Formats: sequence, structure tokens, C-alpha cells
Amino acid sequence: MTARLLATVCLACLTAAPALANKVFVSNERGNSVTVLDSETWEVLTEFAAGNRPRGITISPDGSMLYVCASDDDLVRVFDTDTYEEIHTLPSGPDPELFILHPDGNPLYIANEDDNLVTVVDTETHQVLAEVPVGVEPEGMGISPDARFVVNTSETTNMAHFIDTEDFQIKYNVLVDQRPRYAQYSADGTKLFVTSEIGGTVSVMDIAEDGAPTLVHKISFEVPGVLPEWLQPVGAKVTSDGKLLFVALGPSNRVAVVDAETYEVLEYIIVGQRVWQLDFTPDEKYLLTTNGNSNDITVIDVEKLEAIKSIQVGEQPWGVVVAPDA
Amino acid sequence: MRNDVMAALLGAVWMCVAAAAGAVEVSYGLLRVDYPSQAPISRLEAKPADRGFAGAELATRDNQTTGQFMGQTYELTTVATTPEEAEDALAGLLADGASIIAVLANGADLLRLVERAGEDALILNIGAGDTNLRSENCRANLFHITPSTAMRADAIAQFAIWKKWTDWFLVHGSNPDDRELAEAYRRAARKFGARIVEEREFEDTGGARRTDTGHVLVQRQLPVFTQRAKDHDIVIAADASDVFAPYLPFHLWTPRPVLGSAGLQPVTFHPAHEAWGATQFQTRFEELAGRRVRGDDYDAWLAFRVIGEAVTRTGSADPNVLRDYVLSDEFELAAFKGVPVTMRGWNGQLRQPVLLYDGAITASVSPQDGFLHQVSPLDTLGLDAPESACTAFD
Repeated sequence: MTARLLATVCLACLTAAPALANKVFVSNERGNSVTVLDSETWEVLTEFAAGNRPRGITISPDGSMLYVCASDDDLVRVFDTDTYEEIHTLPSGPDPELFILHPDGNPLYIANEDDNLVTVVDTETHQVLAEVPVGVEPEGMGISPDARFVVNTSETTNMAHFIDTEDFQIKYNVLVDQRPRYAQYSADGTKLFVTSEIGGTVSVMDIAEDGAPTLVHKISFEVPGVLPEWLQPVGAKVTSDGKLLFVALGPSNRVAVVDAETYEVLEYIIVGQRVWQLDFTPDEKYLLTTNGNSNDITVIDVEKLEAIKSIQVGEQPWGVVVAPDA
Repeated sequence: MRNDVMAALLGAVWMCVAAAAGAVEVSYGLLRVDYPSQAPISRLEAKPADRGFAGAELATRDNQTTGQFMGQTYELTTVATTPEEAEDALAGLLADGASIIAVLANGADLLRLVERAGEDALILNIGAGDTNLRSENCRANLFHITPSTAMRADAIAQFAIWKKWTDWFLVHGSNPDDRELAEAYRRAARKFGARIVEEREFEDTGGARRTDTGHVLVQRQLPVFTQRAKDHDIVIAADASDVFAPYLPFHLWTPRPVLGSAGLQPVTFHPAHEAWGATQFQTRFEELAGRRVRGDDYDAWLAFRVIGEAVTRTGSADPNVLRDYVLSDEFELAAFKGVPVTMRGWNGQLRQPVLLYDGAITASVSPQDGFLHQVSPLDTLGLDAPESACTAFD
């Protein structure tokens, strides 16, 4: 049995193109830690302390620095991705939950859930560049590929706010369904997807050349035998070719696969409990999901649309980010 | 600095959204009727002077934050009054232009105030659980934000059935409210298939409840009072008057879990609730009020958030437009309870889960798994359409 397994593994080595190993970082909201995994072996490499109530997690474009929203510390902690030592902290405003990094690595746009603000922080000088008042309970953060607009969603106001990154003014507000959680642009910038946890929908906006949004569709979900109330869209990711949209459906323990052009739901993939956030490996062969209640992550094979593995991480995993190829 | 940013922003924001909405000014009020009452058994339950008001204030701030992007403004007036002066206080609010009024009062006073307000005002019930207000005494301009007593009793019953605790020992007080609450538990038992194997009435003889020697007497009286009851799985406490229930859990003759007015209690909200983003609500509330949230604060918050949501979606401050929207299938609202809350079109009761609170945590939330309904699992709690004699919404 072991021999056969070894043989299979070796065959895989010979036939498959060599996959790059990337580090996967998972924030554990209740465990106050970050778990590090290897995307080739799917083994846990280590777990390190990351401050109080780590939620939002992202990485610098060069892969050297890991940013973690330490929500209960009211700041962002920055870690070295090799040594896992804390390099410094960034001011974030109170209760940072989610953030988005400018594609160039600077600045960082942070949603302050308790203060109805989006805080813009220079990642080099560590200065607060702006505080932008938004709706009640700001949460989701997205940035257009050309970096002209940052989109923030406010959970109680139920809007997507389009913040101009030049002057930090809100240029557009779009009402969406209850408790918008996450905003994700398509790679070409022509579409924006906003998930609504309690509304149970994903709002689709067409984005004009000047960045102006038009609400064109609402995707809803249906699984026989599952109460509609449990189909709660949270995290979302789109493949870079713009063809597939993956939506984490929270307590229904499923990830929906949506045709990002026709908005038809193609598949529901069963993952762990209370699936929350998602991230692709850089080659988009795998999609990783954090499962808050089962304390694990699920690896989805993107081509087969199958869950292939789940790996135990820390207590209540919240966010996940995969390091870029070295 | 922040004010400058805000001012600059408001200008910019209004230009881009206000076109759709137009400027809307919403004026609403909260009328609280205070009754003479003894100190509660537990001083943790002492009533703060701003009870209810703080929740309304928080909702108004939340609404205003959203309103700044829509060109909508909200003005809240809060009034505390006595039963005798309640009608005049209501008239004052109406005269000042508030046509949407949340009322925190008992059922009889609420009904009196609804009649006084007239059909053009929209009244939001945030205090009265009476079944008759959701049935024969319903009114077309009266929405019930707070769950009915029947919803709460059903929430407890479903949990007990889920636990297979089907044999109940019902202990109720001797005042009319206690007897009405006991009746709600009897109905819940019939509805979900539990048996009340024994019933006893604990007589309210008045007198001091919190004297230094109070617990000594209680410790001797309650075991005797509860001895020789038929075999039971749980004790259901129906003590709307706050006379004895908190003493029950550790003074029973036969040790059994207590549910209802003590032990596991059916509540709209409590200060330890954290699920579904509620932590943020708790933080915001505590920062504003300087104290922990109460159920009536939450009900007041929810009442004005229902209105705020309707204003946001309709762009109107007209009570009739808002009422129609809230009654429509379009309306839903996130309320930190995991599922959207909506309105029952047949009697104006807000559909919502009921939290089961043990004094420290949310121990469970009803409706429980497996209680099914053709419309929504939430309609397994309280009066369903065929059971309600309400015709005002037809």
C-alpha cells in the first residue's frame, strides 16, 4: 500500500509539470495566530502568534511582508514571511477587519468596522494618509485593477462606496442587499461582484471606462434540502480569465461556482463548516477556503471543481492569502 | 480635521446620489410609559433612566450615517411619561410632526395610544407581548417589533422538544400577567407536543423581596413549595411580575433545569450576544450609552432601523409609503440574528428568531432545526396566519 502510494506520487512527479510551492497563510480569529502551510505538500509548516483577533490578511506584491488586521489590538501587524517575526505595526483606526493593498504595495486601505471609516495608510512611512467616512460597519474592500477606485461595503448601511484613490472622495454609492461582505473586481476591471450575507445574493455591477458602476444583476442561490437562510454569501474570487466566480456560502458549508458571464450557478462544492474567505494559488489550480467552525481549510481543485483535501489549522480560521510565486 | 473631511465629502456625495432620492426629512419619536414598580429581584435588572432611548439614539445615528449618502435626515424625539399623561405626551409628539412613533408600554396602554394616534400615524410596538394585539385587537397602523409572548413561549417549547424534555412542571405567579404567560406556555406545549404534568401557582403576597434575610426564607419555602410534583423533565417558570422565578433554579425539591422567566430565557437580545456580527452592535451601543444593552434598547433600535431601511429603499418619509414597503415582499433587514427579519403581512408582527439566554451566553436560538413551515421556519414561532383573528391587514 505504501509502495503503491509512493509509486503514484513518483508518477505524478514525472508526468505533472513541476508545481511551485507557495506558502499559504491563514488567520485564526479565535486562536490569535497565523497558520502557515505549504501549497505543494499541504503540510502545516508552523503557526505563529499574530495579535488579538486576527482577521483580514494580505501579502505584499513581492511576497516578503504579511499584513494582518489585529482587530482587537486596533492595528495592523506586519510580519516577515520568512522568519515570521513582526517587523512593525501600522496604525489602522479602531477594529480593523478587512483591508486591500494597492497593487504596487502602497498604500493600504483598511475598513474600520466600529468607526464607520476607511483608513488609508502609507505602508512605507506608516502615516495615515486619509480617513474616509463611509456607511455603518464598513467591511468588504476591493480595488479596481487600475487602482483608480477602492470599493468599500458597509454592512448596516448596505452600500458599496466607490472611493476615488486620487482625492479619497466617494464618487458613487450603490445600494445592495442586506449585509454586504465582500467586493471583488474581475481582473479586466469591467465587473464588480458584491456579496450580501443576509440578503443571500451577489450583486453584479458593470463598470464603465471611467469607473462608474451600473447594477445589472443579482445572483441568488438554491440548494435542495438547505434552508435558503443558510445560503449566506461571504468571500468571493473570480478566475483571472473572468469565467468563473467562486462564492463562499458561510453556514451552508458550500462554495458556489458561478459562470461569471451568464451568472448561472454551475455547482455547489461541499467544504468545511462556516466557510468564510477564499484565495487562489497563483496558478489558479487550487482554491483555498477557510472554514471557521470546523477549524480547517479546504483545497478545491479548480479544474475539476472538487474538494480534494482539508487541513486542520488554528482556532476559527477567518482569512487566507497565498504568497505570490517567488 | 475629521469634520472638514466629512463636510467635503457630504458635498461630493450629495451630488452623486441625491439626484435619485431627493432631500427627505424623517421625524420620529419614542414614547415610553413608566409604571410604578418595585426594585427588581436582581439589581442587574435595574432599569436605567435612558432605557429604550439609547437604542433609539443608536438607530438614529446608524440611519443618519446612511442618510448622508442619500440626502436623508432623521430627527428623533424621546419622551418618558406616566400612564395618566401618556395620551397628552403622544399628542405632543404628533403635533411636533413625528408621524412614526415607537411605544414602550403595556398592551392596554398601547392600544389606547394607537386609537388616539389615528390612522395617519404609524405606531411601532416595542414593549407589549400580548397575543390579542396580534389577533383580534390588531390595527393596520400598528407594527409589533418586539416578539409576542407566544413567540417566546414557542421558542422555549421548541428547544425543550428538541432536547426531548417533554414533561413539564409549570410554576406560575398569581397576577394576571403571570397567568397570561402561563397560558402561552400551555398553548406552546399543546402546539409542539409537550405535556404539562403538574401546575402550581406561586402566590404573590407582596412584601420585601430583597431584604437581607430574603434568601434564607426562600431557601426554606421553595423546596417545600415544589416537592411531590409528578415526574417531570423541566420546570417552566411563568413569572411576568418578577416575584419568584430567579430563585427557582437552585431551590427546587427535585433538581431540574428551569426555563422561561429564569434559567434559560427567551429574549430578543442580550449584552453577551456576539454571533452574526453582533459584537459590533454591542461595541457601538456601549460606546454611546456607557452601559450594557437591554432587550428594550434592542427593540427600539430595531424599530427605527426598520424605518431607516424603508426610507433608504423608498426615498420617502410618508408613513403610508413606509408601511406598504415594510409589508411587501421586498422588505428584509439584517438584525444580528443570522437571518433577515421580515414582516408578517397578516398581523404586522416582525418575523425574527428568539435567542435563548442563560444569563451568560446565547445557549441556543429558536426556531430549532427540524421545525418546518411552508413559508418560513420563523413562522413556527407565535401566531400563524390561520390562528390569528386579525383582519386589519386584509
